[in-house]
Amino acid sequence: MPTKLEQPAGHSFGVSQQDAPDQERAWVKFTLIGVALAYLGVVLFIPAVNVFYEAFKNGFGAFIANLTEPNFVHAIQLTVLIALIVVPLNTVFGLCAAWAIARHRFPGRAFVISILDVPFAVSPVVAGLMIVLLYGRNGWFGPFLQAEDIRIIFALPGMVLATAFVTMPFVAREVLPVLEEAGSDQEEAAKTLGASDWQIFWRVTLPNIRWGLLYGVILTNARAMGEFGAVTVVSGNIARKTQTLPLFVEEAYKQYQTQAAFSAAVLLAALALVTLVLKEILERKTRIRDAE
Amino acid sequence: MAVSSLRKSSPPGWKSTLGTISKISWPWRITIGYLSIMLLLPTAALFAKAATESPANFWKIATSPVALSAYDVTFVTSFIAALFNGVFGVLIAWVLVRYDFPFKRIIDAAIDLPFALPTSVAGLVLASVYSDNGWIGSLFAPLGIKIAFTRLGVGMAMVFISLPFVVRTLQPVLQEMEKEIEEAAWCLGASRWQTFWQVILPPLMPAILTGVALGFSRAVGEYGSVIIVSSGIPFKDLIAPVLIVQRLEQFDYSGATVIGTVLLVVSLLILLAINLLQAWGQRYAD
Repeated sequence: MPTKLEQPAGHSFGVSQQDAPDQERAWVKFTLIGVALAYLGVVLFIPAVNVFYEAFKNGFGAFIANLTEPNFVHAIQLTVLIALIVVPLNTVFGLCAAWAIARHRFPGRAFVISILDVPFAVSPVVAGLMIVLLYGRNGWFGPFLQAEDIRIIFALPGMVLATAFVTMPFVAREVLPVLEEAGSDQEEAAKTLGASDWQIFWRVTLPNIRWGLLYGVILTNARAMGEFGAVTVVSGNIARKTQTLPLFVEEAYKQYQTQAAFSAAVLLAALALVTLVLKEILERKTRIRDAE
Repeated sequence: MAVSSLRKSSPPGWKSTLGTISKISWPWRITIGYLSIMLLLPTAALFAKAATESPANFWKIATSPVALSAYDVTFVTSFIAALFNGVFGVLIAWVLVRYDFPFKRIIDAAIDLPFALPTSVAGLVLASVYSDNGWIGSLFAPLGIKIAFTRLGVGMAMVFISLPFVVRTLQPVLQEMEKEIEEAAWCLGASRWQTFWQVILPPLMPAILTGVALGFSRAVGEYGSVIIVSSGIPFKDLIAPVLIVQRLEQFDYSGATVIGTVLLVVSLLILLAINLLQAWGQRYAD
């Protein structure tokens, strides 16, 4: 198809030379596109297609049979449960943090923003280790928790903490720039007109940031359901107790149940695809708003 | 070092901040409370545990031969993977911004797949594709090149998971760059090569380096995909995060803590570098 970007370049070339540069340009263009696609193919597309091929190569029946296995069903339930706890928690935190940072100028503001990024920079394994050192048997709160008979490590609370740690910044990171761009004029106008804080939030702020917020929530959810490293360290990985879907994938693979591993992997890959599609839709929504 | 000074300097900042905005403190209270419990407290626990080791002992564990070989595999392989994605990321971003071709939108959207795909799935798939009888591995096996379960496989996993960073950091910068400058350079008689090196590349450099640093940071911390695609054998393809987990499995908490602290400090230094690079890029944009 003819390109919009191509035309001005061709035109400016036409000033002195007629055809040769255009031909050369086409040659360069197709080489660059070819190399880029080849690289993406090897690194990204062949592996992506392979998940679906491996999961379905023995037919749909084998896939369905795997999906009804008790260990697997429990892993799904646990994964969804953790996401149901973590996503709202980090959404509330993300909204508060983004609002607090966007609406105030204070010393050390840049520093607070970079603190938000720490969970992205830290290895998930180190995040898990930190939680073990805090709540584990030999950790800071270990003796207290043992006396009260509360289990955090190798149990659901630890897995929730680990997942919450690694997904902490997504909502704040997405909402912060939208809030800054929207400015506080409308909120102040609402306040002058006598709206309460809640009314301002629901009627003015939220509609402004809804797509950014939704985007952050979707990313949080995808990571929460897919987190592996941090959860491995704190979970103990016991089937039907503390095994999430990503842990199930690894466990099944190590037990040479490749078919089961790929069946689970396909579900997680489908989650990733849904995330990408929603992300694309939301990005288009924000872009349309920007254009307006 | 960086972290301890940061932690010391933060409380007065928090306090004065709280003082000035005390009437609207609920979002702040939640933010500070949550950050303290979820982020600062665990970090403090790690450093406190590391501080219980004597410096000599800390050094001995941190520089044991197994640890050194794990750093070597982690940092060198991550760096090579990040550089690889640096070069190809520029190419991909360029192609996506400047050219039109069939399925461009889908390919553009698919770049983010490594962000969305759970790491254990990535590991499983890479292990299957790059194993000796996998789709790509079987092409290399006759040449005597093994990819999965070697350091090369670790590198492929790191290339996969850090692929989007350079592309996504560079795309908006390329989009905003004005084509007129390039055309002016051509009109003034610059060759294509000169235009690229002297006109196009310099303003892109902060974004490229930021993307490479982000990719490096992600690759250094990667665990899920590497644990599956590597054999985890010391002195061969064992990375630092896997070593931490192995130490924990042996209930060697000091060993895990020391290596975890080294990894955390390196991550924080990379984060600092990324912040500085972004500040540099901002100045370039102005």
